[in-house]
Amino acid sequence: MRQLRWPYWLGVLLVAATLLLLPFALSAIGTAWVRITNLAILFVFLALGLNIVVGMAGLLDLGYVAFYAVGAYTWALLASPHFDVHWPAWAILPLGAALACVAGVLLGAPTLRLRGDYLAIVTLGFGEIVRIFLNNLSAPFNITNGPKGITRIDGLSLAGIQFNASETFLGIPFTAPIKYYYVLLILLLVILIINLRLADSRIGRAWVAIREDEIAAKACGIDTRNVKLLAFAMGASFGGIAGGMFAAIQGFVSPESFVLNESIMILAMVVLGGMGNVWGVIAGAMLLSFVPELLRYTVEPIQRALFGRMLIEPEVLRMLIFGAALVLTMRFRPAGLWPEKRHKQEMSVAS
Amino acid sequence: MPLMEALDLKVHYGGIAAVKGVSFAVEEGEMVCLIGANGAGKTSTLKALARLLPATGEIRFAGQRIDGMPTHRLIRLGLALVPEGRGVFARLTVAENLAMGAYAREDAAGVAEDLARVYELLPRLAERRRQLAGTLSGGEQQMLALGRALMGRPRLLLLDEPSMGLAPLLVEKVFEAIRAIARTGVAILLVEQNAHLALTTCARGYVMESGRITLAAPSAELLADARVRAAYLGG
Repeated sequence: MRQLRWPYWLGVLLVAATLLLLPFALSAIGTAWVRITNLAILFVFLALGLNIVVGMAGLLDLGYVAFYAVGAYTWALLASPHFDVHWPAWAILPLGAALACVAGVLLGAPTLRLRGDYLAIVTLGFGEIVRIFLNNLSAPFNITNGPKGITRIDGLSLAGIQFNASETFLGIPFTAPIKYYYVLLILLLVILIINLRLADSRIGRAWVAIREDEIAAKACGIDTRNVKLLAFAMGASFGGIAGGMFAAIQGFVSPESFVLNESIMILAMVVLGGMGNVWGVIAGAMLLSFVPELLRYTVEPIQRALFGRMLIEPEVLRMLIFGAALVLTMRFRPAGLWPEKRHKQEMSVAS
Repeated sequence: MPLMEALDLKVHYGGIAAVKGVSFAVEEGEMVCLIGANGAGKTSTLKALARLLPATGEIRFAGQRIDGMPTHRLIRLGLALVPEGRGVFARLTVAENLAMGAYAREDAAGVAEDLARVYELLPRLAERRRQLAGTLSGGEQQMLALGRALMGRPRLLLLDEPSMGLAPLLVEKVFEAIRAIARTGVAILLVEQNAHLALTTCARGYVMESGRITLAAPSAELLADARVRAAYLGG
């Protein structure tokens, strides 16, 4: 292995220090920004999970948000006054991931022979089915509480630390969002390492082979059925973890959080960042999480300063800029902002 | 006992019979071709052998029944397929494509040995080893598909229309490579529309017509046969 020199370690140290101090800098601007950052990290989990299915294995999944929902409702049902059960986090977070994994296999198994558009349509249907179930499983037995959703969900509590409560440690105030930020940062590190290892593993290469040519992959001795199911299962379990953390942080879940739009947003993060490249996907997720929030906080004051009143609603402008950004990216960087090495090579050879 | 033997192989697409009960065999180290017009059922037969299509009948390879076995297990037994249209992994490099050919193997030393042999046999691949497969010419892609199949250390290669879509000069190059592979002792079953090329390359041939094998003979006899000449060799 190549010797890593001190500038590399200095870089790592700087990034680590920035990430550790970030929530305090952000809360100086406003606590909302720490929450926004936390949600952005959850979207990184989701985008990395979907990247396994779409980016690596090349299976277009438009119902990915269903796995997010499975994770979120697992936590919500097993740690809230709704059924009056309050399981510990160490049990429900892995359980949520496992159930999402099962859901992934349930979706994967009947769709193994489908590709491209056909797979996209079936997965889209699957996502909607899950959402409609959550909406309607309130009668005759009230399981999900329907569109009203589940409230007063327990927050995360681990090793005696209540993450929903503020506390002061060594004279420094740690608010709930700041505490969650550190948990998410650790989870992010774990998920990142898993993804980087996967991309460079035997199974990662098998996914790429299936993406490129399924018959040739079979001829090479790849059990395409199992390998595809594994992609669905692994991708889904990251969604499940993100869902569990989402329920814990928000304290409230309802089917409204798991609509088709969310699936499309996560897919856009993967495509915009650069399908298949872990770093690109992270950049895409961060960008699409933060830019809309930035707009929300800047559009109104700018318009008032310029015109004295608000002409365009931030929400309208957000979608406009979002659409324009996607079109421009696809025009000028068709393989994404930070493409997988091979896509980039291919594009440069082609031009 | 032949290396590979098919007995009464039948393939249906819905209600339409594409292969209506064919029987044939390939001996160890032998080069055999399956010729016939477009739609005669050649590719369907090969796909049935590679277990890519559901078929009835019996297929034996190296003394074992392989009908009912999934495709991905065949390479472990020594049966390799070079699919129609080559099927290289376009966004992987040449070297990565070759490595995928050895996906099922666990003997790293043997794989390294075979890689050196493939580069020796197909020197063009060695020159291009870092290039993406999608950027190779058609002939080079066919070479890569051959090399990748060899990386599984097969006893029998199934070749589906290797000349398809290639310029005549490249076809000659690809067939030179195929002959070189055969000289290393690998048996080859070649499905080919270019009957003259196939018969001059292989020792034996089967002629397929609308789902049935109508002739089976050494290539020299088929080349001289009046019916074959009229139907496939342009008089």
